Amino acid sequence: MSMHGMRGLSVFISEIRNCQNKEQERLRIDKELGNVRNRFKNEKGLTPYEKKKYVWKMLYIYMLGYDVDFGHMEAVSLISAPKYPEKQVGYIVTSCLLNENHDFLRLAINTVRNDIIGRNETFQCLALTMVGNIGGREFAESLAPDVQKLLLSSSCRPLVRKKAALCLLRLYRKNPDIVNVDGWADRMAQLLDERDLGVLTSSMSLLVALASNNHEVYWSCLPKCVKILERLARNQDVPQEYTYYGIPSPWLQVKTMRALQYFPTIEDPNTRRTLFEVLQRILMGTDVVKNVNKNNASHAVLFEALALVMHLDAEKEMMSQCVALLGKFIAVREPNIRYLGLENMTRMLMVTDVQEIIKRHQAQIITSLKDPDVSIRRRALDLLYGMCDVTNAKDIVEELLQYLSSADFTMREELSLKAAILAEKFAPDLSWYVDVILQLIDKAGDFISDDIWFRVVQFVTNNDDLQPYAAAKVKEYLDKSAVHETMVKVSAYILGEYSHLLARRPGCSPKEIFSLLHEKLPTVSTTTIPILLSAYAKILMHTQPPDQELQSQIWSIFNKYESCIDAEIQQRAVEYLALCQRGAALMDILAEMPKFPERKSSLIKRTEYSEGDTAEQSAIKLRAQQQTSNALVVTDQHPANGATSPVPVGQLSLVKVPSMITTENDTSTDHPLSQQNGALSNVDPQPPSADLLSDILGPLAIEGPPGATVQSEHNAVSGLEGGSDAADGSAIVPVDEQTNTVQPIGNIAERFHALCLKDSGVLYEDPYIQIGIKAEWRGHHGRLVLFLGNKNTAPLVSVQAIILPPAHLKVELSLVPDTIPPRAQVQCPLEVVNLRPSRDMAVLDFSYKFGTNMVNVKLRLPATLNKFLQPIQVPAEEFFSQWRSLSGPPLKLQEVIRGIRPMPLPEMANLLNSFRIMNCPGLDPNPNNLVASTTFYSESRPAMLCLVRIETDPADRTQLRMTLASGDPTLTFELKEFIKEQLISIPTAPRSPAPPAAQPTPQIPPNDPAAILAGLLS
Amino acid sequence: MRHNPEEAQRHQKSESGIPAFEAPENPDFPFRLLSRMIHFVLLISRQGKVRLTKWYSPYSQKERTKVIRELGGVILSRGPKLCNFVDWRGFKVVYKRYASLYFCMCIDQDDNELEVLEIIHHFVEILDRYFGSVCELDLIFNFHKAYYILDELLLAGELQESSKKTVARLIAAQDSLVETAKEQASSISNIIAQATK
Repeated sequence: MSMHGMRGLSVFISEIRNCQNKEQERLRIDKELGNVRNRFKNEKGLTPYEKKKYVWKMLYIYMLGYDVDFGHMEAVSLISAPKYPEKQVGYIVTSCLLNENHDFLRLAINTVRNDIIGRNETFQCLALTMVGNIGGREFAESLAPDVQKLLLSSSCRPLVRKKAALCLLRLYRKNPDIVNVDGWADRMAQLLDERDLGVLTSSMSLLVALASNNHEVYWSCLPKCVKILERLARNQDVPQEYTYYGIPSPWLQVKTMRALQYFPTIEDPNTRRTLFEVLQRILMGTDVVKNVNKNNASHAVLFEALALVMHLDAEKEMMSQCVALLGKFIAVREPNIRYLGLENMTRMLMVTDVQEIIKRHQAQIITSLKDPDVSIRRRALDLLYGMCDVTNAKDIVEELLQYLSSADFTMREELSLKAAILAEKFAPDLSWYVDVILQLIDKAGDFISDDIWFRVVQFVTNNDDLQPYAAAKVKEYLDKSAVHETMVKVSAYILGEYSHLLARRPGCSPKEIFSLLHEKLPTVSTTTIPILLSAYAKILMHTQPPDQELQSQIWSIFNKYESCIDAEIQQRAVEYLALCQRGAALMDILAEMPKFPERKSSLIKRTEYSEGDTAEQSAIKLRAQQQTSNALVVTDQHPANGATSPVPVGQLSLVKVPSMITTENDTSTDHPLSQQNGALSNVDPQPPSADLLSDILGPLAIEGPPGATVQSEHNAVSGLEGGSDAADGSAIVPVDEQTNTVQPIGNIAERFHALCLKDSGVLYEDPYIQIGIKAEWRGHHGRLVLFLGNKNTAPLVSVQAIILPPAHLKVELSLVPDTIPPRAQVQCPLEVVNLRPSRDMAVLDFSYKFGTNMVNVKLRLPATLNKFLQPIQVPAEEFFSQWRSLSGPPLKLQEVIRGIRPMPLPEMANLLNSFRIMNCPGLDPNPNNLVASTTFYSESRPAMLCLVRIETDPADRTQLRMTLASGDPTLTFELKEFIKEQLISIPTAPRSPAPPAAQPTPQIPPNDPAAILAGLLS
Repeated sequence: MRHNPEEAQRHQKSESGIPAFEAPENPDFPFRLLSRMIHFVLLISRQGKVRLTKWYSPYSQKERTKVIRELGGVILSRGPKLCNFVDWRGFKVVYKRYASLYFCMCIDQDDNELEVLEIIHHFVEILDRYFGSVCELDLIFNFHKAYYILDELLLAGELQESSKKTVARLIAAQDSLVETAKEQASSISNIIAQATK
């Protein structure tokens, strides 16, 4: 071994190590950085050796976590050194310090390319390594053909070719277009005939990436993969150096099986038989051995084989074998195997037939919930959550509750949320559900989000037979010495509403209930006090005949809080006191809360949001859809108190109870009062009547998030109005009832607006699919690529994409495959030609099926007017001569626009620039004016110059005068309207007109889940 | 004003300090191909000192620092005899401790954990063969060597070579190239020194 060390570097490292403390180290490093910086400044005097040394020192300092903000150029420049030692250092340090987005890398492209196409094998290797590790899009575009040549060259040695294969993989990840689909299928198949296992391993990685994107083209590789696997599994013709602890390259085996998972099925019976024989051999022939590494390697192969068996949907017998194996694994002591056993069992839940067999292992899985290792506990929790159904919910939830007290803090929120969801979804009876939630609050109050207790209140309110039970139960909890504040909230609410149902029981007189609650008041925060005050008012109302002593007690409390600094508390105190003094009116106003409309649990929705794209989570979701909530969600629906009309079972929104109510809403409780208060002047001055009861009760019955009530007044009436609130929802209309189980991730309108300004990004995402878009615009042509990515380990089927183009666009979408394989991404290019100016928009009508869900969305495509603009800087004389020659309507239009979103002038200029309408500073002498120009491209006419002038009023930023001129009246009008829309609207609140091609919104009542969904989507 | 109730609710959650459930940050957002890979390699000592980092996904400088700090905390605090896998921000980190050093590799959730665990061991065996029973000090003073070796083992976040012998041969060839260049340089400088005496 030759160490050819660098003395200077070693000395420096020793000095750093000898530093007594962090401060010393920092001083030493600052000194060195100063030194290196100086030396780099006078680069002339640096020998190659010194340069090398300093660059390594920089990397070392960087590794210690210090900022190294200089010297990157020096590292990059070493790449072009003529000699190997410097070049090597240049390449390696550059690839450590910089990432693919760094500007300096661009400077190196030519040198790198010369090294790749040059004759020097060692230089080729260095260059391929760097590009393979940090090459970005630009590298992909300029180097891909050269790298492909090396990979396929028969004169290159394996050491170059294996690097070329992985380098190409990297470049392909950065830009899939670089691999020509047609030409590559045969070449890829040829690469699989490779004898050198190093090259074959790298090529297999490449195949995995290619097939994951587009498996159809690579069918011819499938039998070859099976052959390779067979050869390895039988250990035929595998060189000694490629066996690892006696196992023929476990990595290549795993990779090969991975590649096979991207092909939906294997049709050829012979190939299928061979593969199953091999798999059977792996499943049955893997023994536990003493040597850790051998064990790990053979189990790595085994687990991949399991995944492949699941994917191929093997016969039932083989599936049972798999479950049996996993059952064995989850019982072993070796933590890795147990972890993987649990993980793979969760994945196995996707396979329908095996759930019953998995249930037999429940006791064993519960043991793992108490494992010392948090990683294992998580897997056990996921599995229990996934396998829970009506038959075992009680056991599982009770285990979770028990575990809650000892669980580490990092897991408690997740744990309690999961327990709450399972309790809700699978409760055998409602009282059990109430028990569970109260226990959750009792044991892990800090980790119980508001949603959880809102939900229990909702159920209690909607189920009359549950009310006395819940009231008695919360009273028990209040009797305890230490009570969590959330428990106080839920108890106050429930006792306020229903404690009168207990009145005959011992210890449950209104007075006793009141003092039990009031004891807690000094311990709670200001958010809870309003709920307590409401409870007092209700208790007082229910005390018949009136109890003078209780009344004066409660009145004095209201009195006390009338001057509370917290507006919410003050408001309630004032209002309740006034209400109480009105006598009989109290009865109506404080009557029992109306039933909540039924809707999908916000908790369950939350997990749907939170779940990423992992296999086990999709298993959960899949089951969440298969087993629609049976116990609680469908309760009987009495018209509640005659106040709210019966509402169809909705899906969305969440329950909201008093604690979160904002002042504005509360004021509507009583008109005279609110007028005195001055907080709300626009209240209808009619006396409260029975019909108005719901309005009066509004504040207490508000549904929907608190934010909504602040911002939109009419939302206060019912949070379900989300649908009607969404004018823009017309673009996205769900096709049928089934669709509403799948919700998009992120705001579609926001995504669309972002894409109007940039050319790549996500257009749509939900738990199953991500649709990305990447666009290039040249003149009146646009080339878009849709990236359809299946996020799951099951295929998406019946995929359909139809473009509904407006009249002014010619849109051609290439064939969209009917099926997107598991975890694969397919690309669908889309050609757009602009015929004439228009603000209408193309709509993508996209649908797919996952499991039993049919999902259909209509998405606006960002092929907007501005995409066909090219900014142009017009010289002053030309601008003015054009401006003059386009003398008036219809070529030149002027409009005073009001309701402008106020913004400083530079911001407005930026906004225009971002739409490719270029600001021309200095043309207009008035500093409050803005002049801009652009060119518009369409097929029907040559490029058109457009001129814009905006005159603003510094005294009133909400209005301006805009003048627009071009040689085409339609263009002038459309562009003027387009700019107007941009200036008026706020990017997050879409104003752009709905595309004419989209279906008009069907007349759906506001409470209809579909309408709500549309509201959310907009 | 248009309002999205769901949006507001989630917003509210994060403000009130309740940790919001968020999708993991995706370093390659938005066009990550869905094939799996090693996102980064990290060697940290028991004291939390970084001995090697290699990033195959584009993390910014800030993200790198954050990742190291976060993961260091998670992994160093794990006791012995636990499994070698940790869930982390929607990814999975496979790690193994060798004496005072932790070798970590970050992979996708559904990648093959044991396979990666043995890549780590494979790397350690190659280091061991090269340095002759390798210890942390070897990797401190010859950290550049560790980078060379890693580059022969992994590329683009994928395993490049599974033969120890081949890796050893390639590294030896590189060493001798550097050695030769050094000799040439010193003989030239000798000649110059002679000539200018």
